[in-house]
Amino acid sequence: MIPFDFEYYRPESISEAVQLFIELDQAGKNPVYFSGGTEIITLGRINVLYTNAVIDIKGIPECQVMDYHEGNLYLGSCCTLVDIEEKNLFPLLTATSKEVADHTARTKITLGGNICANLFYREAVLPFLLADSQVIIAGPNGYRTEYINQVFNQTLQLERGEFLVQLITEPDKIEAPSINIKRRRQWTTGYPLVTVAGLKLGEEIRVAISGLCPYPFRSQKMEYYINSQDFSQRDRIEKALGDVDGNVLNDTEGSDKYRLFILRNTMLDIVSTLEGERA
Amino acid sequence: MLKLTGTTNITLNINGEKRPVTVRPSETLLGILRGKLGLTGAKPGCLNGDCGACTVMIDGKPMKSCLMLGVEAPGKKIQTVEGLNGTPIQRSFIEHFAFQCGYCTPGFIMNCQSLIDTNPNAPDEIIEEWLKSNICRCTGYEEIEKAIKSVLRDK
Ligand SMILES: Cc1cc2nc3c(=O)[nH]c(=O)nc-3n(C[C@H](O)[C@H](O)[C@H](O)COP(=O)(O)OP(=O)(O)OC[C@H]3O[C@@H](n4cnc5c(N)ncnc54)[C@H](O)[C@@H]3O)c2cc1C
Ligand code: FES
Ligand code: FES
Repeated sequence: MIPFDFEYYRPESISEAVQLFIELDQAGKNPVYFSGGTEIITLGRINVLYTNAVIDIKGIPECQVMDYHEGNLYLGSCCTLVDIEEKNLFPLLTATSKEVADHTARTKITLGGNICANLFYREAVLPFLLADSQVIIAGPNGYRTEYINQVFNQTLQLERGEFLVQLITEPDKIEAPSINIKRRRQWTTGYPLVTVAGLKLGEEIRVAISGLCPYPFRSQKMEYYINSQDFSQRDRIEKALGDVDGNVLNDTEGSDKYRLFILRNTMLDIVSTLEGERA
Repeated sequence: MLKLTGTTNITLNINGEKRPVTVRPSETLLGILRGKLGLTGAKPGCLNGDCGACTVMIDGKPMKSCLMLGVEAPGKKIQTVEGLNGTPIQRSFIEHFAFQCGYCTPGFIMNCQSLIDTNPNAPDEIIEEWLKSNICRCTGYEEIEKAIKSVLRDK
């Protein structure tokens, strides 16, 4: 049971949603956009999240898109993870998505909700960071289209009243060899100790990581070491790990040392698979 | 645009019946089913999306009813365990002793029923992937797996 009341709005267009946000905000109702709603409901229940009004954006057609347009893949922020897996238009995203939560929860969790989540794993962002995807964001100042690597810094950097509408990905990134490995403390569902997604574009390997630090990230410096062919594979990974910042999680799920140990082995698996040694 | 600013009357389509009910927008479907409509088959467990005891079917898909607001549900077909009557999966749970205390059973059955309806030829990996959505504290997983496989393979 959620221990407080809120108003519920379901707009049918982007402009209606934004206008509503502005009005509710001015009225002091601290509105939140509601997509799958699973985080709003579960964090609301334990009083970690509070709002007087939710704006359910699932009725906005642009947020439900899942299709190619002029060669690029457009995915709406309100597509559920299960819908994305069933359509399987972006194999790396399917692989990452299938490891999030469990199948039934993924019939409700949405792509935009996962990427904009307060819970810091946000695993579904990894494929888009690797693919240099673009995001379409709507808000009080209209629309903007940005490269995700420019606007995702630990979280998607949104101005007040803005929301994620769609993600756009180019076909060469979708078709490139890729891999996703999620390591948990135990069992086969649940949050990661470390999740690493990898993509190989030409000879270049890209990696993005969730679960290691309290935010997901892609590090150009780590990729520089992974791709510098003068050294052995192990040395390259060792150098890349040396570039992990000091924010490695150290909690009951796993100590920082253990997480780095898991990361080292996971990176070895990722790099050797993408370099073809174990393909 | 739908605007619900306070306690409001909605109609839910549950097990083929239209059920009018008065709700607050912040009430979960699970709370409404159990507390207002007397449908206590869906069970409250973790209330956090983890255990699957509250699973129902929404438009044929499995859904954790603790993760859905009642006001999201009008216009959708809701099926609860009360709407099943002597189905093969229910019989199979009995034949395979697929429960002990029975608390998780309605949730497992609704998840299994959805899989049977939507993917009758589901390979083992898919069965496993779907069943991982539910937790049984009495740990009868093997029997549950046998129960669903016997229904799917009989088809
Ligand atoms: C059982 C369970 C297991 C989980 N396991 C995992 C896991 O393994 N890995 C993982 O990464 N996550 C996991 N999660 C976390 C989950 O992915 C996030 O909580 C996610 O936010 C849920 O998506 P939603 O669509 O329901 O979000 P909502 O509850 O709708 O929204 C979450 C937040 O994002 C904001 N938001 C939603 N959509 C948009 C948008 N389009 N633009 C801007 N802001 C928006 C909302 O305002 C809110 O603050 C799990 C959650 C559950 C319930
Ligand atoms: S009560 Fe809904 S998943 Fe546990
Ligand atoms: S039979 Fe007791 S929890 Fe499953």
